[in-house]
Amino acid sequence: MANKLERKTPLFDRIIKPEHIVLENGHSVDRPKSRLPLILLIGVIVVYVSMDATNFNIQRFLSRINQLPVILGQIFTPNFSYIGNVIPSLIETMKMSIVGTVVGCVLGLPLAILASSNINKNKPTLLFCRFLLSIMRSIPTLIYATIFALVFNLGAFAGAAAISLFTLSIVAKMLYEAIETIDMGPYEAMTSFGATSLQAFWAACLPQILPQYFDNCLYCFEMNVRASSILGYVGAGGLGMLIRERTGFRQYHDLGMILLTLFVVVWVIDQINDWIRSKLS
Amino acid sequence: MTTTVKENILEKLNSEPKNLWKRLLVTAIVVMLVIWGSTSLNYNGVTEKGATIAGSIIRGIVQPELATLFDFGPNGVPKLVLETMAIAVLGTIIGAILAIPISFLSATNIVPKPIAMVFRAFIMLIRTIPSLVWALVWVRVTGPGPFCGVVTQSVCSIGMISKMYVTAIENLDTGVLESLDALGCNTFEKIRCGVIPQLMASFISTAIYRFDINLKDATTLGIVGAGGIGFPLQEALGSGKWHRVGSFLLVLILVVLVFEWISNHIRNRLARGRS
Repeated sequence: MANKLERKTPLFDRIIKPEHIVLENGHSVDRPKSRLPLILLIGVIVVYVSMDATNFNIQRFLSRINQLPVILGQIFTPNFSYIGNVIPSLIETMKMSIVGTVVGCVLGLPLAILASSNINKNKPTLLFCRFLLSIMRSIPTLIYATIFALVFNLGAFAGAAAISLFTLSIVAKMLYEAIETIDMGPYEAMTSFGATSLQAFWAACLPQILPQYFDNCLYCFEMNVRASSILGYVGAGGLGMLIRERTGFRQYHDLGMILLTLFVVVWVIDQINDWIRSKLS
Repeated sequence: MTTTVKENILEKLNSEPKNLWKRLLVTAIVVMLVIWGSTSLNYNGVTEKGATIAGSIIRGIVQPELATLFDFGPNGVPKLVLETMAIAVLGTIIGAILAIPISFLSATNIVPKPIAMVFRAFIMLIRTIPSLVWALVWVRVTGPGPFCGVVTQSVCSIGMISKMYVTAIENLDTGVLESLDALGCNTFEKIRCGVIPQLMASFISTAIYRFDINLKDATTLGIVGAGGIGFPLQEALGSGKWHRVGSFLLVLILVVLVFEWISNHIRNRLARGRS
């Protein structure tokens, strides 16, 4: 029995033997050698390879760093008369993220239920759903937007589709993790009363996960407003199109105005969401 | 026992607060927002080639172009993936190091409140500008190429990393420092034995988490010319080489999933200790 409880010696300690110390009272302890040199060595190699692969050149950086204050100076003195052009795009961005978030969150709910191991006892569908979700999550929104801009026409619809797909994958993941931690007692009690599993889920599990679900939806909405502002860069409508056009013309004062509006909107939405959250809990 | 189980349940049900109106109101607001939102999203239908494109990309993922996958030249997948990973590694490391002084300067238990507020505003500023816009700015400084990606990610990472570092610093257990003081330790010893052990795990955990994000981000920065797999992917999409697109996406998915798994593993160990 005692042998079973003993921890397996890590590979590192088998190659580099730990220091053996005999105490005054005759007991002996093993003091593993420090792993720090090995970690440092690996770190240095990784950094060296990375610097080589990215043409890391601190001299060029330092010699041209004086360009940065020029651009940032222009960005931080926004051209306020440009706001007339910003507002329509901003509204388009907002519409894109609202529709994308709502569609994604609604579609995410059934997928999350299918992907939670305590509700769905069917192993193949469970694994398939999780696999699908991880694949969907690993593709960035901007790449979805590029593909959708080709599949559907250029414009806000492609953006909304990209956002809803990405939201779906994230909401479903956060949700199935929440579902797996709920108390299954009420569910079993209801099924023992003769409720169907859908009825039991609706009445016993849904109330437990709803607060978490709404919280996740709000979080996604915040994230999506930020993300959707750049989707237009690849042709999916909204502020990104303006950002692309203005930086192309090097009109950084206008870019500053776009960013300022975005900042204000994101801040306002954060405040509203905080208020809704305080109501939820 | 005059009341039966059924009556108990009914009684409990009736004592639940009725907020039907509130729910209806919330639903109505959400529905109205969606209707308002969909007014301008005119669905023009799938473009004539749209369905073919979608099909070809999915077919490309299933049957990747082997010539691209195993091309070790400058435009092959291995080189591009290495470049993307290198951008994320350097961006995360530099960002994590730069974030240390900034986060100490914005922790209210280390510096006076006004100074902390100034640095917090700075962190917020970095966070608000999307990384793609940062890349557009930096590209004017460094010129196009992977180096631009490294600089962009270093700056962007500071925002989120500092925010999480600050939380860790503000949760420091000062009792440890006081007892070290009582033992007669000097400032350096107090930092070595009282501060670093408390912060190290959460700092490394944050950096690894950020690496995951940076890795995904590095794939899109290429669109504005900041190196990595993004630009060739964009180019392949633009010129309609769907099998190439498929192979790029396949590698992208694999790399992101593998690193997500590794980082979850390491972060779990950091949080719970060796198991």
